[in-house]
Amino acid sequence: MTDIGVLPAPATEPLLRVVNVVKHFGAGVGASVKAVDGVSFDIMPGETVGLVGESGCGKSTLGRVITQLIPATSGEVILDGVDLTKLRGENLRQQRKQLQIIFQDPYASLDPRMTVGDIIAEPLVNFKMIGRGKAKDTRVQELLRTVGLNPYFNNRYPHEFSGGQRQRIGIARALALNPKVIICDEPVSALDVSIQAQIINLLGDLQKEFNLTYLFIAHDLSVVRHISDRVMVMYLGRICEVAPSEDLYRSQDHPYTRALLSSIPVPDPRIESKRRLVELSGEIPSPRNPPSGCLFHTRCPIAQVPGICADVVPVLELKPDGHLASCHFSDQVRTKIQISA
Amino acid sequence: MIQPILDVRDLSTHFFTDDGEVKAVRGVSFNVLPGETVGIVGESGCGKSVTAMSVLGLVQRPGKVVNGEIMFKGEDLLKLDPEELRNIRGRDIAMIFQDPLSSLNPVLRIGFQIEEAMRAHDKIPKEEVAHRGVELLKQVRVPDAEHRFKDYPHQFSGGMRQRAMIAMGLANVPDLLIADEPTTALDVTVQAQILELLRDLNDETGAAIILITHNLGIVAGLCRRVLVMYAGEIVEEGPVEQIFESPQHPYTWSLLRSVPRIDSNRSQRLLSIEGLPPDLIDLPTGCKFNPRCPFRVERCFTDAPVIEDVAVAQKAACWVTMKRAYAEMNAGTIEDTSPGAASGVHPHGRRREADVMAAAAEPISD
Repeated sequence: MTDIGVLPAPATEPLLRVVNVVKHFGAGVGASVKAVDGVSFDIMPGETVGLVGESGCGKSTLGRVITQLIPATSGEVILDGVDLTKLRGENLRQQRKQLQIIFQDPYASLDPRMTVGDIIAEPLVNFKMIGRGKAKDTRVQELLRTVGLNPYFNNRYPHEFSGGQRQRIGIARALALNPKVIICDEPVSALDVSIQAQIINLLGDLQKEFNLTYLFIAHDLSVVRHISDRVMVMYLGRICEVAPSEDLYRSQDHPYTRALLSSIPVPDPRIESKRRLVELSGEIPSPRNPPSGCLFHTRCPIAQVPGICADVVPVLELKPDGHLASCHFSDQVRTKIQISA
Repeated sequence: MIQPILDVRDLSTHFFTDDGEVKAVRGVSFNVLPGETVGIVGESGCGKSVTAMSVLGLVQRPGKVVNGEIMFKGEDLLKLDPEELRNIRGRDIAMIFQDPLSSLNPVLRIGFQIEEAMRAHDKIPKEEVAHRGVELLKQVRVPDAEHRFKDYPHQFSGGMRQRAMIAMGLANVPDLLIADEPTTALDVTVQAQILELLRDLNDETGAAIILITHNLGIVAGLCRRVLVMYAGEIVEEGPVEQIFESPQHPYTWSLLRSVPRIDSNRSQRLLSIEGLPPDLIDLPTGCKFNPRCPFRVERCFTDAPVIEDVAVAQKAACWVTMKRAYAEMNAGTIEDTSPGAASGVHPHGRRREADVMAAAAEPISD
């Protein structure tokens, strides 16, 4: 089971391995919400892996479990050979230096009473990697410059900055400890489109400059595909397809991926006039009481119900086009579900 | 010639705040033909929602419509008293908002609220109201409409709530439906369903739609004509095919190249629009886009461009326009005047010129 989520890749060791991670939240006696239900994947050094799905699919929970902000119910999160789920206290704290996170809301994620300089230097101070004097200012200014802000803004407060600038401050803070992996949890979805592009380009530039590895979590498949090397599609706590970004628009092996693609409006009236929406029946089921067999069978346009789709859980496996997908009928997805007239 | 049902002329709406006069909408003119679908696009604070609120007479203190005419079926809405306006709002002009949950009353049944929309005006005969309520829920494709009619808003999902809001909007057979970011709070698969519904309803009922959104893809899919707003003004307008194919205002042009597209060549760098939208209290002189424009010339700093014809049915407010910008790029005479490029403060400033040139050279999609 451990190599699930790995496409044929160069023969280096993965930097981050997520192995069969489960996160169930208690929800009253005998009930639980299966927010993340057995997710495994690897991320290679320098790679960007995107994680996309609709609200409630468990993508943010997965990000938080990986960073150990919330403990996993079971499973392993192996960063650079060390299983973070087995570590506690100081050992975990030290390991976590390698792994930073950027949050969605640039207003809520910066302490309004701290100066920008103190916010960015806080990780360094926490780990006693820097004093309080001139060395701190120098490092903060260097980080501000790196993220495209005026280095002399270090004495200002967060409210003096726009949303995009605040997100840059959040990025500078994440970079302070020279991490290897950064989890980006919806880093651009609160921003206006023209500002989104600035942040997406910045993340790309920083990746090249510092050889960063990203897990990029977002609901916007266009953004995720743009920034990622590989895209994982999540539905109801499980991964249903993993595909190289170049390939995703042309070919899909899971009906949900295809439905998702058919839903995304393209800023081109000629394409839009030919687009056909894949009709999904019903709503996303509750993760408290997920469907039997394939989680998607209640909404799938090609499900065999009653039959295999309602009875047997499909395994995430390698398909002929090189994607990983969990669908009993992945060979029929492209022929039976039309998304263009 | 077809008479427009809505003709907005030189509309200005300002907010008189403690910090100063926020000039949210300045001299906006546009019209909507019967049955037409018009998109208003722009980023937060560009004035697109305030424009809609002004049309509906819903601007509240400290905001005030300070100038203009809003002609609806030949009548200036700004000259009506509140009672007369209330008779038009919800009957002839309906509105749906971004957040369906906060627009619905949580303690009243969905069905009651739809009927209430009809009872508030006398357009629908009383004996038809109850029957029509269920019909409306069916029309907006709510499954099992007879039963869901008796549900409360919390029993509806986000997408279903927005359908209920649309049903309320359509209850009195309006001539114009104003939808302000109707799908922004929804997941993408649900968004697609709501947009398809709006498209069908436009065909079925013939109601004109003004769709306000920041999403260019939604405009491309639903609208026939588009207005692009920036800092309180319409900077470009025209038929969607034309605007998306050949935008003439540098803001429209940049916006189209700043969003990642699902069908695009992935290696292509996004074109970012440097800097921020201007402060609406303290606007720059000349063109309001000049601090961020990659193609600005001397004149842009002193004279505000007026919106004028740049092609058949297409207008833009720009001294340069993309036609000329392309010609100059090809001739190699464009210089990098982007913010930070000269001062060296912005480390990515030097990439700016290259980015703009690359964006201009490459097609957006494969």
